[in-house]
Amino acid sequence: MKRGRTGLKSQCQIFPSLGERAKRPKWMTPAQDWGNLPHHVVLQIFQHLSLVDRARASSVCRCWNDVFHTPDLWRKFEFELNQPATSYLRSTHPDLIQQIIKKHAQHLQYVSFKVDSCTESAEAACDILSQLVNCTIKTLGLISTARPSFMDVSQAHFVSALTVVFVNSKSLSSIRIDDTPVDDPSLKVLVANNSDTLKLLKMSSCPHVSPAGILCVADQCHGLRELALNYHLLSDELLLALSSEKHVHLEHLRIDVVSENPGQTHFHTIKRSSWEALIRHSPKVNIVMYFYLYEEEFEPFFCEETPVTHLYFGRAVSKMMLGRIGLNCPRLVELVVCANGIEPLDEELIRIAERCKSLTAIGLGECEVTCSGFVEFVKMCGGRLTQLSIMEEVLIPDSSYNIEQIHSEVSKHLGRMWFPDMMPTW
Amino acid sequence: MSPPGSQHKNKMALNSIHWFRKGLRLHDNPALREAVQGASTVRCVYFLDPWFAGSSNVGVNRWRFLLQCLEDLDASLRKLNSRLFVIRGQPANVFPRLFKEWKISRLTFEYDSEPFGKERDAAIKKLAMEAGVEVIVKISHTLYDLDKIIELNGGQPPLTYKRFQTLISRLDPPEMPVEMLTDTLMGHCVTPVLEDHGDKYGVPSLEELGFDTEGLPSAVWPGGETEALTRIERHLERKAWVANFERPRMNANSLLASPTGLSPYLRFGCLSCRLFYFKLTDLYRKVKKNSSPPLSLYGQLLWREFFYTAATNNPRFDKMEGNPICVRIPWDKNPEALAKWAEAKTGFPWIDAIMTQLRQEGWIHHLARHAVACFLTRGDLWISWEEGMKVFEELLLDADWSVNAGSWMWLSCSSFFQQFFHCYCPVGFGRRTDPNGDFIRRYLPVLRGFPAKFIYDPWNAPESVQAAAKCIIGVHYPKPMVHHAEASRLNIERMKQIYQQLSRYRGLGTRSENMKLTSSSVVFSARSVGEPRSNRKWQTDRPQRRWTAASAPAAAWYMTPQLPVWTEVRFTV
Repeated sequence: MKRGRTGLKSQCQIFPSLGERAKRPKWMTPAQDWGNLPHHVVLQIFQHLSLVDRARASSVCRCWNDVFHTPDLWRKFEFELNQPATSYLRSTHPDLIQQIIKKHAQHLQYVSFKVDSCTESAEAACDILSQLVNCTIKTLGLISTARPSFMDVSQAHFVSALTVVFVNSKSLSSIRIDDTPVDDPSLKVLVANNSDTLKLLKMSSCPHVSPAGILCVADQCHGLRELALNYHLLSDELLLALSSEKHVHLEHLRIDVVSENPGQTHFHTIKRSSWEALIRHSPKVNIVMYFYLYEEEFEPFFCEETPVTHLYFGRAVSKMMLGRIGLNCPRLVELVVCANGIEPLDEELIRIAERCKSLTAIGLGECEVTCSGFVEFVKMCGGRLTQLSIMEEVLIPDSSYNIEQIHSEVSKHLGRMWFPDMMPTW
Repeated sequence: MSPPGSQHKNKMALNSIHWFRKGLRLHDNPALREAVQGASTVRCVYFLDPWFAGSSNVGVNRWRFLLQCLEDLDASLRKLNSRLFVIRGQPANVFPRLFKEWKISRLTFEYDSEPFGKERDAAIKKLAMEAGVEVIVKISHTLYDLDKIIELNGGQPPLTYKRFQTLISRLDPPEMPVEMLTDTLMGHCVTPVLEDHGDKYGVPSLEELGFDTEGLPSAVWPGGETEALTRIERHLERKAWVANFERPRMNANSLLASPTGLSPYLRFGCLSCRLFYFKLTDLYRKVKKNSSPPLSLYGQLLWREFFYTAATNNPRFDKMEGNPICVRIPWDKNPEALAKWAEAKTGFPWIDAIMTQLRQEGWIHHLARHAVACFLTRGDLWISWEEGMKVFEELLLDADWSVNAGSWMWLSCSSFFQQFFHCYCPVGFGRRTDPNGDFIRRYLPVLRGFPAKFIYDPWNAPESVQAAAKCIIGVHYPKPMVHHAEASRLNIERMKQIYQQLSRYRGLGTRSENMKLTSSSVVFSARSVGEPRSNRKWQTDRPQRRWTAASAPAAAWYMTPQLPVWTEVRFTV
């Protein structure tokens, strides 16, 4: 070893552990010995590094390698499973996955799987899930970043993998399994093992679950505060179960309403009394509804007072429906309309301004509103509108205002600078 | 400022080359005037690489338009006893030879703001220096000096259109267009033309470039400066007649190619944007008797300028990876689906008709662009905007690098702080624009027999209707390739996830535990994603950090982003 050589690797190769300190030549000062940094210092530094950099650093010396494998660094992990043929993004390295399963399965608490549109990726996620046996996972998320590839996995394979975690973790708090083939029996297993801890369940578009299946969850998991599901799973019984005395306050209920073909899906109605029970029990609950329906399918909705707070219309919604919403949704906080048509919505908007006193956010896409009507709307809402996202084409100039004037007028009433959203007209 | 060595040249004979790239016109061409000023001879060149023509991603309409522009230039130059020299090969290879052969001492060209162009021009400038050739570059493809706009914004290009407009309003107005090149301006300057000019330097035909022109319908958009100047007069006439400079209401007719449409001519430079700007201004002042036209009058021109500015210093502007202004979205790779979209076989008549018009004619209305771009990317197919951009590059006459890439990023919500809730429905949007469906029938004749009720969603038509229309869906016309409600539902979730991750990251630096977003918004991207140098008075005092795609953490995933802290993953590390 030459005098003056300070290559890290060479030092650590010769002096791999603290125990051999006595053998180090006297000229080597502690400041030069990176491998000797206290454990907690290295840990702090590692926390600022990305996983890739940490992994590289871990192969420098045994000490750093030990720190790399500290349980605390492995509480949270996101498995990214992508195939080059279907995704531009890279995948978590298979060796790393093996290492995690071998050394850190028991440390994992917050786990998510992001898969691309390839079935193989979803299957790989299931394989990993099946191996997470000695775990105390708190948060689990299965996320498809493009197409819902979990739906292409055999239901048996998926369910058995998922139940491994359900059974073994026993402290699941947040679960996100949208667009997966989860079924009623798996939910039963979930409930049997995690009813005390479950707080959040997101399962939109899980076609194999029935209303009875979700009712079981509501009945047993009294700590459930957030729930996301499709409208066909919503029932009066469910709302009542969520409002039972033993149940905590519900904070967030998200309902997706999706149709297959025009007129082919009939939507059941929820009794007003069920909604009222829910609101009595959880007065601050956010009720979020996403609608992806054809215009004629809206008939069953908003006929009576509905306590919805956030409404999103992914397709066209009729003028009449917007009128109904003004009448029957007093708790409305946010309204987003992708499209309506070519008749001005002035009246409907003004009514919404009048009756939805909590409205703070509104977005309008392919709609039409006269400039005067819009100004009136904004005047009535005033500064409570924190989010006002209107496509430029929505506003129709009239005798009172043109496009140039509208933005200053609206800004005045809002108390801040405002402009409509623009699209390139090239 | 003459480069060293130029004093060795014969001071009496100043031979210049004007290098046409864009700016294919004789009007408002300051660089061309410099070439002619005090010169003994001038030669106008255009480089065409025949290999490039075959292999490049440029379709027949674009080539034809270009060749027509070159023919027009040649014809106009002939009237001045000059000619256009179309040179086969690459500039870097050929210029040194030309400098020698023609004893060139001056090279002029119009400034190209695109990164690739700047690199190419830097290399040519170097060659010119070495050969003792003076280089003169003039800005005339954009209204403004883009570097000035960037400077005014603290060294960064503005990334919102509003910000851009604000900066523009602070600049001096664009420079006036210069006069058209005339005999008088030519003065004593001549162009030596040899007998074999046609063979050596003539404008090639489409066939010579390897295209099969049998059955090719005549161009809906004829190229050339002459056509451009005719069109602009028509365009202004129509505006004056309407006496209304408001944004025209969209109707079925707007979808069709208009004889007053100008975008391809602006792209190739057959029409000077500055000329257009000043003619608009003059007309407005005449009609409205008002001295200050609003910025919206120049909308079309300013959008173009906006994208040029955003792109000029970003060589990766047309990519997602490594592009500091582009959000990394996990697009799907699906060549089959992409092909269906590109070849107008999606099964959605609205989309297919638009793509058919694009392929046949080379131009589609901007709202039609929004519709197909949304369908390909964030609306339905979830395919990368880069793929769509490449298809437009091939087919769209007015798509140049900056504007095309910028528009695609905008329409796919990959940049420029766009709200993404607005999804164009491939059925509804068309139906609302053209209820009768004439546009569909025109470009998809196989669907002519369908009544207006079903022409946008023919798969819903009863069998009897399909039979009567002599078009069975699934046989004569494809079934819809996606279920739109499902696809858009999935995709809006994806976009939400991505944007909420980004806005989360911004909070991470300041208060990692207290992650409550101030508005429990269902859909809106958190407004804290704003521009760093925007007027502070417009935004609240939340700490703002400029995010870049590169710096966003890979694995920040939150359960219910819009809700209370306890549901979120806590960082214990």
